[in-house]
Amino acid sequence: MSFEKIKKGVLAGIWFIFLTFPIMVIRVNTVENIIEWRWMNMLYAGVGGFFMSIIWDELLRKQEKNKNKAVTGEMPFLQRMMENQSVRWPSIIGLVIFVCAFPYIFSMYQTNIMISALIYIMLGLGLNIVIGLAGLLDLGYVAFYAVGAYSYALLNMHFGLNFWFALPIGAALGATFGMLLGYPVLRLKGDYLAIVTLGFGEIIRLVLENWNAFSEGPSGIANIPRPSIPGIDFTLTQATIFIYFLMIVLVIFTIFMVNRLENSRIGRAWIALREDEIACQAMGIDKTKTKLTAFSLGATWAGMAGVVFAAKTTFINPASFTIWESVMILCIVVIGGMGSIPGVIVGAFFLILMPEYLRAFSEYRMLVFGAVLVIMMVFRPGGLIANVRKTYQFKSSEV
Amino acid sequence: MSEKPINLKVQKFKFMKSILTVENITMRFGGLKALDNLDLVVNEGEIVALIGPNGAGKTTFFNCVTGIYPPTTGDVLITPPGKPSERINGLKPNEVTERGMARTFQNIRLFGSMSVLENVMIGRHCRLKAGIASAIFRPRSTVDEEKQLIKDSYAVLEKIGLSQYVNELAMNLPYGAQRRLEIARAMATEPFLLLLDEPAAGMNPQETKELDDLIVWIRDNEKISILLIEHDMKLVMSLSDKIFVMDYGKKIAQGTPEQIKTNPVVIKAYLGEDADA
Repeated sequence: MSFEKIKKGVLAGIWFIFLTFPIMVIRVNTVENIIEWRWMNMLYAGVGGFFMSIIWDELLRKQEKNKNKAVTGEMPFLQRMMENQSVRWPSIIGLVIFVCAFPYIFSMYQTNIMISALIYIMLGLGLNIVIGLAGLLDLGYVAFYAVGAYSYALLNMHFGLNFWFALPIGAALGATFGMLLGYPVLRLKGDYLAIVTLGFGEIIRLVLENWNAFSEGPSGIANIPRPSIPGIDFTLTQATIFIYFLMIVLVIFTIFMVNRLENSRIGRAWIALREDEIACQAMGIDKTKTKLTAFSLGATWAGMAGVVFAAKTTFINPASFTIWESVMILCIVVIGGMGSIPGVIVGAFFLILMPEYLRAFSEYRMLVFGAVLVIMMVFRPGGLIANVRKTYQFKSSEV
Repeated sequence: MSEKPINLKVQKFKFMKSILTVENITMRFGGLKALDNLDLVVNEGEIVALIGPNGAGKTTFFNCVTGIYPPTTGDVLITPPGKPSERINGLKPNEVTERGMARTFQNIRLFGSMSVLENVMIGRHCRLKAGIASAIFRPRSTVDEEKQLIKDSYAVLEKIGLSQYVNELAMNLPYGAQRRLEIARAMATEPFLLLLDEPAAGMNPQETKELDDLIVWIRDNEKISILLIEHDMKLVMSLSDKIFVMDYGKKIAQGTPEQIKTNPVVIKAYLGEDADA
């Protein structure tokens, strides 16, 4: 270790002391009207800063080294493992058993968390079409989630529509609203698109919040029935387990569909659109149609996920559909790995489960969460599972 | 079309059927006239060059013809071989490509993170039919279409001489190969007219020579007419049947390479006014 590094570490330590001084060291005791000086905390911050700086440097250096290795084009570890037949099937069977046994092994609380993680996987996979494949930065994605949830809640309240009919209707309404958003933003790209979609998301939320006659306003809609099978009376536990399996099926369905779309004529057009809009048009791809299909097919999954969400919580109000949700889904896609289906799945588990399991850190939970996000993006900018898209391979035997 | 006995002159005329006719095209950007009343005709089987100093409006001309900008005034007519004439100004770029005009770009615009094969596959996009439903259900016809697509795309790559790169990512290709891939991608759209925007830019003499051969080969064997913008005068003079010269958005000369070489107006545009003239 060089002198330079130690110097840098010491400076980082001092900087941390300076940063944390007001909150970590000084405490005003209002009961006895004295100021407590917690000098030990200052020492911790200094030492912590020093070591963190050293580790940070070390990690950056390692990453630099790996970057050179990556150029040689070796397949990532996970993918290599999956290619191996003797590892592949046992791991798939193990996974299936685990997934099936999950609600019976773990508590209701765990199952509920898992259901929301699964809902977010669906949302992430949908947004992945829009952002990851077509390259359209959509910050108002939660609007479609809200559309789905409210379509079930309202249709049920007014017409007594049951869950199974609401599911496709929610998806269709999601797709319709996707188109509605798509039309005005056809000409926009990048930052401008992001701002308009952000506005769209807020418009939907504000309409739901303020149009009392339509949506019951901020007080929301309660007593939404859980999904049921006619003739069977579920207890609360059974209903939760039922929703869990329903979500598993829906997620598998989503993965299947998204995968098929990605590896089709339309999927290729989306990727081409992301790569170069002008060249894409000059190659005979209809930009309008391609963008609209991306928006609407992306929104379909949010609509469906919304219906399940409403059925799961049995109560919805506009507060569930804030910009924070959009940001969360965006984070899932970006951190998981843009355009990569396994990436989105891992990203959703990571982002939804981590805050739950970080509850041990109580009030530092969100701080740790933020730190992990920053570290992630510095060291794995391509996402947890960067997109290793299977390109169409030409084998000479096919001629 | 009724077949009448025809004399030699008419027969020659019939062979020289125009496939692209641009009439009095003008393009304004605000107060700037980027194109000023320009005419241009490309006949079937011709290699036509469009030359002019930098900023003369050559690329703008391409953009107007291919639908990236709608021209302010003027008409663009195409007559695909065996089909009736059609006015194409105001159509979108993809509609122009569908009708059989494909182009390349001056600053290479490949789909970098797609493989070479996929780039060509995108070129065939407008010749395929699969929609959302067939993407999801993947019926027999779609599976066959995709298989055929890979075969056809590979065939195009083989013709252009890029088959050794078939599974590489486009962005990892050497520069000259990237330029050729742009041509391959454009050819995959099955055009009757290929518009090449400075295909030899940045190429070394060897590569330029190969490009020269390739362009002639495309014209002769694929029966695709060619309109190209180029600065490499040696290439232009050896390739072209006809040359149009532009300056400040206006056409200043047209003719065979021999006529252009000696045209005083062209020399003036390129070299400036003679000091003692």
